[in-house]
Amino acid sequence: MKKLLNSSLEWVDNRFPLVRMWDEHLGKYYAPKNFDWWYYFGSIALLVLVIQILTGIFLTMNYKPSAQEAFASVEYIMRDVEWGWLMRYMHSTGASFFFIAVYLHMFRALLYGSYRKPRELVWLVGMGIYFALMAEAFMGYLLPWGQMSYWGAQVIISLFGAIPYIGDAITLWIRGDYVIGDATLNRFFALHVIAVPMVLLGLVVMHILALHDKHVGSNNPDGIEIKKNKDPKTGIPLDGIPFHPYYTVKDIMGYGWFLIIFCLVMFYFPDMFGYFLEANNFIPADPMTTPAHIAPVWYFTPFYAILRAIPDKLMGVVAMGASVGIFALLPWLDRSPVKSIRYKGPMFKIALTLFTISFISLGILGVLPAEGLYVTLARIFTVIYFGFFILMPIYSTLDKTKPEPARVTM
Amino acid sequence: MSIDDVDTSKRRFLTIAATSVVGAVGVGFAAVPFISYWQPSAKARAAGAPVEVDISKLEDGQRLVVEWRGKPVWVVRRNQEVLAELAGLSGKLRDPNSDVEQQPKYAKSEHRSIKPEYLVVIGICTHLGCSPSYYPKNESHPMGPDWKGGFFCPCHGSSFDLSGRVFRGVPAPTNLVVPPYTYLSDTRVLVGVDPKA
Amino acid sequence: MKRILLGLLLVPVLAFANVGGPELQKSLNDVRNQASLQNGAKIFMNYCIGCHSMKYSRFERVGVDLGIPDDLLRKDIMFTAEKPGELMNTPMDAASGQKWFGKAPPDLSVTARSRGTDWLYTYFMTFYADPTRPWGMNNLVFKDVGMPNPLWELQGAQKPVYHEADGHKVLVGVEPADEAAKAKSEGYRRTVTDLVNFLDYVGEPAKVTRWDLGWKVILYLFIFTFFAYLMKRSFWDELH
Repeated sequence: MKKLLNSSLEWVDNRFPLVRMWDEHLGKYYAPKNFDWWYYFGSIALLVLVIQILTGIFLTMNYKPSAQEAFASVEYIMRDVEWGWLMRYMHSTGASFFFIAVYLHMFRALLYGSYRKPRELVWLVGMGIYFALMAEAFMGYLLPWGQMSYWGAQVIISLFGAIPYIGDAITLWIRGDYVIGDATLNRFFALHVIAVPMVLLGLVVMHILALHDKHVGSNNPDGIEIKKNKDPKTGIPLDGIPFHPYYTVKDIMGYGWFLIIFCLVMFYFPDMFGYFLEANNFIPADPMTTPAHIAPVWYFTPFYAILRAIPDKLMGVVAMGASVGIFALLPWLDRSPVKSIRYKGPMFKIALTLFTISFISLGILGVLPAEGLYVTLARIFTVIYFGFFILMPIYSTLDKTKPEPARVTM
Repeated sequence: MSIDDVDTSKRRFLTIAATSVVGAVGVGFAAVPFISYWQPSAKARAAGAPVEVDISKLEDGQRLVVEWRGKPVWVVRRNQEVLAELAGLSGKLRDPNSDVEQQPKYAKSEHRSIKPEYLVVIGICTHLGCSPSYYPKNESHPMGPDWKGGFFCPCHGSSFDLSGRVFRGVPAPTNLVVPPYTYLSDTRVLVGVDPKA
Repeated sequence: MKRILLGLLLVPVLAFANVGGPELQKSLNDVRNQASLQNGAKIFMNYCIGCHSMKYSRFERVGVDLGIPDDLLRKDIMFTAEKPGELMNTPMDAASGQKWFGKAPPDLSVTARSRGTDWLYTYFMTFYADPTRPWGMNNLVFKDVGMPNPLWELQGAQKPVYHEADGHKVLVGVEPADEAAKAKSEGYRRTVTDLVNFLDYVGEPAKVTRWDLGWKVILYLFIFTFFAYLMKRSFWDELH
């Protein structure tokens, strides 16, 4: 039996780089041995991507992408299709957990300087994944055709109208009609189901290939390069361990913990008090009636708050775009001689803490009405938010850093 | 690379085995919703639900058509005269004794029905699926002088007798299908459910 | 230092303010209580289906989930359908509804999810006499609602309660207008709870199934994670 298996493997390997791929990405990919719990979120994001694709395919078997039938088809799935309710909740819970995983995954990069040279391209491709994910989530949210779906799309698409000269032409082109309707729904369905997922998969492959490149490799909580200390005989980094079996088994355990939390939410709090499944979205889309409070889903709220904080329509859109895009500049904004927060000084720690508070606060402000004190707070936090990035070249240079160790610390 | 390279200490082996077994059980349970998802939904089951037919007003020689599971179902009232003539047709029929299972056990007879007076049959030609026309014996029909009443499919010329049995020399291979059905009363037939034992 | 920074993280959470609107009474319905659900179904079919559809719900499912046998389902529940597999539609057409009430009575299949059970409960508890309205009634949580209260006979007459604030009257509540209404209070409260319970069930029929399955899946996952942890340890322990 083993002989048969071995000869089959050899047959394939003579025609396909099976062994090489296995070695380069698993068996002989040497990752630092000191990964901490922040390092789970990349593989968790990958798991959620698989869950979304699988449940998404099944939902597509019964969902009807027309303005007439969409809302009803979702209720049909929830009630009449065997296990349809579970498929729907897996997908809606998965969408929110995708962003939780991705935000924490990105935050790890902020903590340990994972965006620094030579990993700038890993970071940029990651930003591409993030933009694609936002587009995917935005278009997916239109599909249930509830009041929030409709009016959220209305608000966001009309932002493009702020672009001078070509704004109105663009919004007409995006909608495919003079108002959001069947044309818009159908094309968002096509993009959401096949176009953007393919882009996402391609970018994820690039993301991992860029990381695994022989000149790059994984960062670690100490922010030091393990390739600097290799075993003279084998060429293997002294602080490196093969991804398989060490991180494959660790990630499998991580999946267990993750799925526990995921299932807790999915089975007992799928609505998450109106933040994962918004109450207003159980009202069919009505172009004649605007809900009292339009808010995007929670994962967009920080950027929405920034949009509303700026009193000018075009500048608000620019600020919102900048608030998402500015992350891409991090590899060049951070001038610190060390990568990881463990060896950075108090300036960075304060800056990152203020940024985190701002991000969360803006997120909360994004669901509150834009009135009075809330507007003032949103403006203050917007300034702090941008300050984190804009002032970074200065404080990252001035900051008093600690000496990095030569070898990783556990 | 060969399987032998993997270093297996006993402890590792046991934990891998245990995790794999537990994991496989989980995958098995997780597969159930995905596979069941393809089962007919409540909407399909409702549409496929049994259909009740009121035959109280059906006259001799008349045919009633109802829809069941998207297909036409005929109920035809037959009198003693035409029932008696069924036996004489055997020589001309492909399957006079309904040996091929196109009907429930209770319809395996010359009259191919529970009560001889009423034929209940699915009105779809067993050749390629067209719905045949009904030509009673005593009304005008193009079937010639020996016609004892029955059904003729205009698509490719297959014909069936008043029990839905197929004639020889026509394209259709088998008798018309008799669906499961039962009598709720003398005047109500429920198509789609077998009689209680 | 760390503690101060962590404390600062609480600031955004505390900034969370209460959204406006009259205070809602608690519904306290229990979707596991089949007797309550059955009563609610009956009330809905007697008082509501005349105008409001539940067009995503099927009678058959209601019968199965609520433990109503087929004959009782047909007798007491299925007024508007021939077969149990049918959807719970209303005989009223939208155009007539629009004409008579100003707005076609909406479908109520998922109203418990959009409005919430507390709102629905408060809604049914707070109709009051208002001669300025076409039907002579208004509602505390749904101002100038086009719907008359079909349950008013069960509740009895209600009158509005005002508070004085800065020189003008603010509507804060509703109370029984006479002794007869007062006597009906307890029974009406139970009736409304049952009706809201039924609406809650129809909003998501799989809810109890979901609850019953969830802890089993999570228990399994704990077992799996335990073995996965042992597996992880069996590899990592050798590293140092």
